[in-house]
Amino acid sequence: MPSAPALLQRFPRLASGGDAHREVLMNVLRYRGREGMVAWAFHRISGVGIFLFVVLHVIDIYLVGGDPRAYNELLAFYASVPGRFLEVLLGAALLYHALNGMRIIIIDLWPTMTAYHRQIWWASWVIFVAVGVPGAAIILRPIWLPILRGIGVA
Amino acid sequence: MIRVSPRSSGRVRPSGSGLEVAVWYVMRLTGVGLFVLALAHFSILHFVFDPAEQTAEFIATQRWNQLIWRALDWLLLMMVLFHGFLGMRIVVVDYVRGGTARLLTLSFLYMLAVLLFVLGTVVIVTLPMPGSAR
Ligand code: HEM
Repeated sequence: MPSAPALLQRFPRLASGGDAHREVLMNVLRYRGREGMVAWAFHRISGVGIFLFVVLHVIDIYLVGGDPRAYNELLAFYASVPGRFLEVLLGAALLYHALNGMRIIIIDLWPTMTAYHRQIWWASWVIFVAVGVPGAAIILRPIWLPILRGIGVA
Repeated sequence: MIRVSPRSSGRVRPSGSGLEVAVWYVMRLTGVGLFVLALAHFSILHFVFDPAEQTAEFIATQRWNQLIWRALDWLLLMMVLFHGFLGMRIVVVDYVRGGTARLLTLSFLYMLAVLLFVLGTVVIVTLPMPGSAR
């Protein structure tokens, strides 16, 4: 299977042509693996997940004015250990959805970038790990910091 | 079923012109806005501050102590309402097939959107600023 840039070079009209050409191009590029389907499913799942949290979150912020004590109680859960694991999950969903969403936007609005589809796909995962792992460590700090202190490392 | 583009794995742009095409672009425009606003929001409240300190008082006296923070959060609210609810509409239309069932689900969805708009806007506008007379 030749690489996408090589394909585009061989069929220059595909990259710049109208819908019919694009249709062919899409079918050709479809054979580049199954990433597309996984990316789509994850995007939908993460989108719905974040949406559900946003519904809860707008209501809880309303309580800051409406019922501050109830808000503080909920916040105590957010700051608890199970709450923090859920926040890591939420952050991972948001980061994945954001990066994959930008990848979709770039390729949809700038079709010649399709030639770099694979690079963009992998770059988004590199950013996901590079930002996500330290981020998770910061959120989970109250869990691992006391352990490090306990054994005298921190 | 929606058609998924094998190139981007995003939804294929609807053909023709009109509302559905506008929705397709709105999803992408708000997506770029959210990339900045939502990720910054999450970073500020989880990396810079910690949930353990975010009491109601913290929000009133520190987080929302200036108009700019309220304005930015309201902008984020608008983006997320349009993006989130138009996105959920895509999902609902994809899975809920029956006419009545779809009508009911979409009606519930839009009423929820209006409710969140009202709740979010009310608290941003009415929460007293630090030092203001109550
Ligand atoms: C952080 C930056 C974000 C970016 C770059 C982004 C980007 C995108 C894009 C490009 C789509 C595809 C739109 C279409 O099919 O026409 C999408 C779908 C969606 N997004 Fe986002 N989004 C972001 C944040 C959010 C947030 C915060 C929520 C939650 C409220 C959300 C919920 C959804 C939903 C429910 C869908 C529909 C999924 C589907 O059709 O399968 N997104 N997003």
